[in-house]
Amino acid sequence: MSGVATFLTRRRGGRGWHWTDVVSWLWLAGGLVIMFGPAVWLLGSSFKTPAQLAEFPPTILPYVSQQATVEGHDKPLTLYRVKLPDGSTKVLAEVRRIGIVAQMVDPKAPNEIVKVNIANREPVREIGLATENYTEPFVHFDFLRYLRNSVFVTAMATLITLLTNSMAAFALSKYRFRGRDLTMLLIVGTLMVPLSVILVPLYSVVSAVGLLDSLWGVILPTVATPTGVFLLRQYMLTIPDELLDAARMDNASEWQIYWRIVLPLAAPALAVLAIFSVVWRWNDFLWPLVVLSRKELYTLQVGLNTYAGQLNVQWHYILAMTVVTMIPVVLVFVFLQRYITSGIAGTGLK
Amino acid sequence: MGRITLTDIDRAYGKIKILHNINLDVGDGEMLVLVGPSGCGKSTLLRLIAGLDRPTGGKIEIDGADVTEVSAARRGLAMVFQSYALYPHMSVRQNLAFGLENIRMPKAEIDARITEAARMLDIAPYLDRRPGQLSGGQKQRVAIGRAVVRNPTAFLLDEPLSNLDAELRISTRAELAALHKRLATTMIYVTHDQVEAMTLADRIVVMRSGRIEQVGRPLDLYNAPANLFVAGFIGAPRMNLLPAKVRSASGTQVHVEGPGGLSAAIAADGTALKPGDEATLGIRPHDIELSDGSKGSVEARVTLAEALGPETVVHATIAGDNRLVAVLKRQDVQTQGQPINLTLPPERMHLFDSTGLRIASR
Repeated sequence: MSGVATFLTRRRGGRGWHWTDVVSWLWLAGGLVIMFGPAVWLLGSSFKTPAQLAEFPPTILPYVSQQATVEGHDKPLTLYRVKLPDGSTKVLAEVRRIGIVAQMVDPKAPNEIVKVNIANREPVREIGLATENYTEPFVHFDFLRYLRNSVFVTAMATLITLLTNSMAAFALSKYRFRGRDLTMLLIVGTLMVPLSVILVPLYSVVSAVGLLDSLWGVILPTVATPTGVFLLRQYMLTIPDELLDAARMDNASEWQIYWRIVLPLAAPALAVLAIFSVVWRWNDFLWPLVVLSRKELYTLQVGLNTYAGQLNVQWHYILAMTVVTMIPVVLVFVFLQRYITSGIAGTGLK
Repeated sequence: MGRITLTDIDRAYGKIKILHNINLDVGDGEMLVLVGPSGCGKSTLLRLIAGLDRPTGGKIEIDGADVTEVSAARRGLAMVFQSYALYPHMSVRQNLAFGLENIRMPKAEIDARITEAARMLDIAPYLDRRPGQLSGGQKQRVAIGRAVVRNPTAFLLDEPLSNLDAELRISTRAELAALHKRLATTMIYVTHDQVEAMTLADRIVVMRSGRIEQVGRPLDLYNAPANLFVAGFIGAPRMNLLPAKVRSASGTQVHVEGPGGLSAAIAADGTALKPGDEATLGIRPHDIELSDGSKGSVEARVTLAEALGPETVVHATIAGDNRLVAVLKRQDVQTQGQPINLTLPPERMHLFDSTGLRIASR
């Protein structure tokens, strides 16, 4: 604990608070809140009941109202802390509510009804998790099918992305040919074209080749990423050409040079691209929504959308399932983040 | 067999010509050293021979077969790169095996060759290490080992010693010479270090700006450099070059006058030099002797004397700003700023005409 305190109050030079210490502390603390706040709120809210989600002001932690079984009543009654006219407070159970007046009983004296203005009471609550937000969808919602579709799309798309992008990057970094730089420029230039612009033409193409309503229709249009080609190319430029020459002297074919020399050496950059690709494809929503119309082909993100009906949004399920769908992405980051820093740092060098 | 013949080789990158009309014949089992200042095209020439690059004109033959259009892999040559170019993600053993696996050699034979090469080059203890865990000298030996296991027609070595420290360079140089003797395979060796060239070569090829300046045995190059460039390049410290004027020229002798009253009659057969022509006199620092001031000596002013023990390197100027370096086999030499008398023996002098070509004597 003291270690944490020392860490949090660490200062420049170790003595006194310089104004830069204050600024950086505030900056970092603010950043922490901005970055982590939504995630924490999401996690907390995913355990809330629908009623509590609709509550204002919202709370960060999920609570459940305490209930008590009172003699003479079949169902458990909700407990409230009531401010009585004489100024004292007492815990009472609500029997029924009429307008702004609630009829309440003392659980210890169940026969005596007390009428209370609802402004003078607040529910007795404790932190509690509405775990049915998580368990219910597994039973009623086709979670496992959607999960399988998502995993398939993510895994295939990532594999094909790595293969095709690294081949393009290899050619663009290790071969000299007319129009090479122009090709590179065009590829990077496509970064400026957002999906929404090409959505309709892309749909026509996918429809024309008969990939509509198929998972391959989701996978194939996304695999060629300019970011990936650029990232890998920049990294491959750092692999010395002498290695390739040595391999050529060693009777290696161009494919072997790519497969056995360049790919293993580009592993850090490939790891970065793999992480990116997993995150992108896992979180894809718009494109799968456009391509897929049969429910059994839905990916998780599209499947989640079924909780948002026209009239009624089941926030508690959406939030809970959002947390579940985030887990793989978070795991990928936790275990592979060191590659991200080393890989990205390495791509700038030539 | 490993006879390599280059005929009229040209190489240009766009409009810039790197190699001009190179003709060279490398005999079987020969150690040929390509030497020249950086940018002279020697590495380019090696890459052309290796097949990593194609000439824009000319023909390359190995053992009489035209290989100009043959890929690097099919030429049966092995190359050692300046940076060693070991595959960093493979162990030493895998590095050695890579080329053999690619030609689908049986595993037993690969193992036998690796064991043999490892024994010969003393790299057996690190066969399972990665190149990153090796020192410079060990990497160097692995790089040579990778060439040796291929059992090539010829070895191409591109400045293999330039990344080693001075001490290691000398010992590895000796090992390379021993290796060449043992394997008796043709080696083409590129370096910019004339000492390496002199010690290793059967024949040296001196190159400058994409042209061959002279080809010959090391001592021939030292004793009879074909032109001013070779004269200045081969030998350390460099040959002293002094401006001179032809006084008279006969069929067998040229009489020249240099700065500071220097005068010499140099043997030359059938020269086109005429009295009054500009020429350059060359004399190696080791050929200069200290004189007692008698006739025929020149007076110089010492600018720096470096006492090395067995010899003293004297930097001096004669007649104003003509610099001269002399290596004298003695320790009692005048120090800075003092006048000194030096003898420049005419029989040790080299004479170059105004185009830089040597006036041949004998």
